[in-house]
Amino acid sequence: MAEALTGNHAGGISDAAAVERTLAGEREAYRVLVERHSAYVYRVAYRMTGNSHDAEEVVQEAFLRAYQKLRQFAGNANFGTWVYRIAANYAIDRLRQKKNEESRREVSTRKPESDTEADPLSQIRDRAPNPERLAGSAQLATKMQQALQALTPAERTAIVMRHWDGCGIDEIAEVLKSNNSATKNTVFRAVQKLRQALKPFAESRGAARAVAES
Amino acid sequence: MKHTNEEELFAYREGEMKGRETIAAHLRECGECRAELERMEEVFQALNVLPVPDPGEEYGTRVWRQIANRLPERRMNWWAGFFMPRRLMALVAAAALLILAFYVGRKTGPKAGGEETVDASKVRERVLLVAVGEHLGKSEMILMELSNAQPAEAGKSLINISTTQKRAEDLVEENRLYRQTALNGGDNAMASTLDELQRVLLDVANSPAEVTAAQFESIQKRIAAQGILLKVRVVRQELRTQEAGSRPAPAQNDSTAKVRNKA
Repeated sequence: MAEALTGNHAGGISDAAAVERTLAGEREAYRVLVERHSAYVYRVAYRMTGNSHDAEEVVQEAFLRAYQKLRQFAGNANFGTWVYRIAANYAIDRLRQKKNEESRREVSTRKPESDTEADPLSQIRDRAPNPERLAGSAQLATKMQQALQALTPAERTAIVMRHWDGCGIDEIAEVLKSNNSATKNTVFRAVQKLRQALKPFAESRGAARAVAES
Repeated sequence: MKHTNEEELFAYREGEMKGRETIAAHLRECGECRAELERMEEVFQALNVLPVPDPGEEYGTRVWRQIANRLPERRMNWWAGFFMPRRLMALVAAAALLILAFYVGRKTGPKAGGEETVDASKVRERVLLVAVGEHLGKSEMILMELSNAQPAEAGKSLINISTTQKRAEDLVEENRLYRQTALNGGDNAMASTLDELQRVLLDVANSPAEVTAAQFESIQKRIAAQGILLKVRVVRQELRTQEAGSRPAPAQNDSTAKVRNKA
């Protein structure tokens, strides 16, 4: 969580003072915290949910929940880190809820399928363009976005927290409500699935590199 | 030659220390495994190409406008302001002084020659010792209940911890205040124990009201791993000793209404 999450600011009041004043009933003081940390929480939420609409909802809900729980906020902690965790918790709940709803819908409308067909990653592979067509970062980004969407909510949360935000395994475990060993496995599974999904692209790049080097 | 598997390579990339030397030695020798590690690295590089739309400079203001009307009003009772950390310190100090005057009036009475000698810092310290001791006692109860509970006996898929959670929530703010007081007073050992206690209390307070047996076990393991229960007991015992030491000798004179009224 490297980005601008420091509690003190050259301009305006510090996070700690804003928290204290909010708790004292000064609602405008909370505005300082919202304006200061919204963009960062948005980026995290976007990576977890994969779209702006859901990300914006996660941001709003995270700040509403943080306001309600503000008395539980430990003074020695960092407000940015704290609201980040609330956002991550809410995002994972939301992802799980959506996934359950989708599975219910699919079960009611779909004919029985074989295991291979039901695997979202294999579906992505099936829908994927040929390796020749996969060139350039735009396609790679789309492919990666699809691969991320195909991960389970826990895998997605784990890889977002680990890769982009540099969170420790224990921090991720806390959000996933799991233990460290299981969390390490979740991160590994996410990487494995992403590798599988990107294999055609990686192979085509490898082939292109081999051609260029020969 | 035995190649490293995907899991080992991932652990190596993640900085895992177990077997690190062996894997590093193998990677130096084996081009195939190096290439495999490189392919894994490409996945992480590919993650970096994912664009995240810039929400714009005014985004924070927009979020505020969207949520401002939904924030519940924080009505402060006339006395609630006293419980803000800074004011509470003043309140404790004021209470200590009042108790001091009352205490002196009741137990020691006026000294010969009419001079009243009071040791404000000692009395104040004693008030704090008693208060922190009580706080640690309540915390110890919560930790013991959680540590000794048998999730299997519940016979249910979910365990309701809402009552304990409420009590932990109530102690969080208090703990924060005492931790700050310890820090201000230069008592780093006490501050450190209260800091660890704070994390456990927050952990319990922020857990769902109903947890699975696995989640409950995870809370128990975290309490056990930090050894916080033992630390709390040790500090509590130390406080009791200190508190007994700071207790003044039995009064020699009868109390005087005069000093008490003055207070």
